[in-house]
Amino acid sequence: MPQNRTLCMTQADNPLLQLLGIHKHFGGLLALTDVTLSIRQGEIYGLIGPNGAGKTTLFNILTGLYQLDGGTFNFNGNTYSRCKPHVLAEAGIARTFQNIRLFPNMTAQENVMVGRHLRTQNGIWAALRRHPAARREEKESAQRASELLQFVGIHRSPQTLAKNLSYGEQRRLEIARALATDPLLLALDEPAAGMNATETADLKRLLHTIRNQGITVLLIEHDVKLIMDLCDRIAVLNYGRKIAEGMPEEVRSNPEVIAAYLGGNPA
Amino acid sequence: MEIFLQQLINGLVQGSVYALVALGYTMVYGILGLINFAHGEVVMVGAMVALMSINAMLGSAFPPAIILPVALFAAIFACMLLGYSIERIAYRPLRHAPRLAPLITAIGVSIVLQTLAMIIWGREYHAFPQLFPNQSHNFGGAVINDVQLAIIIIALLVMSMLMLLVHRTRLGRAMRAVAENQSAAILMGININQVISITFMLGSALAAIAGIMVSANYGVVHYYMGFMLGLKAFTAAVLGGIGNLRGAMLGGVLLGLIESLGAGYIGTLTGGFMGSNYQDAFAFLVLIGVLIFRPSGLLGERVADRA
Repeated sequence: MPQNRTLCMTQADNPLLQLLGIHKHFGGLLALTDVTLSIRQGEIYGLIGPNGAGKTTLFNILTGLYQLDGGTFNFNGNTYSRCKPHVLAEAGIARTFQNIRLFPNMTAQENVMVGRHLRTQNGIWAALRRHPAARREEKESAQRASELLQFVGIHRSPQTLAKNLSYGEQRRLEIARALATDPLLLALDEPAAGMNATETADLKRLLHTIRNQGITVLLIEHDVKLIMDLCDRIAVLNYGRKIAEGMPEEVRSNPEVIAAYLGGNPA
Repeated sequence: MEIFLQQLINGLVQGSVYALVALGYTMVYGILGLINFAHGEVVMVGAMVALMSINAMLGSAFPPAIILPVALFAAIFACMLLGYSIERIAYRPLRHAPRLAPLITAIGVSIVLQTLAMIIWGREYHAFPQLFPNQSHNFGGAVINDVQLAIIIIALLVMSMLMLLVHRTRLGRAMRAVAENQSAAILMGININQVISITFMLGSALAAIAGIMVSANYGVVHYYMGFMLGLKAFTAAVLGGIGNLRGAMLGGVLLGLIESLGAGYIGTLTGGFMGSNYQDAFAFLVLIGVLIFRPSGLLGERVADRA
């Protein structure tokens, strides 16, 4: 059994997310075949594999953008099937996208405040009457957004439109927005893509801090060094199948993984 | 000079109405990328429902100060219901269809509503009763009456409330988020269908208010009144940059002014060859001009890439 590096033993073996025999196909193309994996509370879990291996498809299933064709999906003690994305968001799964999907013409702060949507409730009438509860909630939202901007390090420009932020800032803003939904599981789709070495180092620190706050992190990444440094456990997908799972050192020396990445037959 | 001032006032009044209706077009376009050509008919239905409510209450003991708000709320309620139903029945099933399909459907809905209104309320012009004494005020040689003043003030009030709603509230942020990136908005837990329904209902409420304004100003209601008004408000939305709320308001007021100043001076400019009956032509000259020289509109950024 791999050890969890930061949290105490009682929590270490508690699976937050469990996928059992997940199938997904698009027409005749099998995108995911019999994928089983479980992610424990509080770990950083890496998902790697060549392009087209089904990593993003798995993310889309987790967040309800795709419906699975077979298997079960348990999260935080509940089983989910054919659920709408907002249900899964409410359950505590948040994600970022490989290609950044912010609200470009809204300010950084507003982007994060949209993330508070689920956890706030004021309707149109309360807001228009400037009801005290509505004003308080609005203030709390703004306050929380400022804290999160501070947390990811873009507090200097909260009123900048998202489209005018630098690339690295946009990536971090997307993480702040996802955190605003109060997730239990934060799923990041290639967060380091296009980042330089300094930005990647910052990202690494940020993800550690997030995990230390008790949020479980699921990470798709092509930067092998980052994955090896950061993750407690790793699963490798190839052609929609899980070909390996384990601690970074185990996975790195797995012959099937080497074959998938470098080509050729497993030695 | 008096003519200029008078046409300025007329233009502002007409422009306020255009702005309210244009907001309905632009809000729906912003979120769905769809031109809701049935929106003008919603204005007409608002006017008709208000008229029916007023006529039903006129013989009773209710004072005008009660009749008008009741009629206003009846019209707003009816239009919100209509706007909701139009989206639910006509547009939602076509959400993922090619862009041309909902556009044609919109024109179809417009024709259906016109015909239904004709069957229900007849082909004749109905007089819109005057509930309050409508006093005229002299204003530097030009005349403005109470109804016109009320139109400008209420339009300003309603538009500032809308801006407050869109820019300072949770619902407004959700609306903008859906307009900007639907898939990201979904993952923030925003119920897209609900936001789209609310958008249609808000636009329709503005249309109801505009319908009552037009009827009170001209004193007539007709089943066909929404058609030209809708086209012009659409022009106003395009002029300001469709999808942009401030643009719709600016475009509405500008179009009102262009029309009214144009109609006021065209007689003098052409030596009496053309008269103010060419008023309608100005709106469409503006539309053609905008589409040729600045398709994204005055405040718009991206060029519309959808039908």
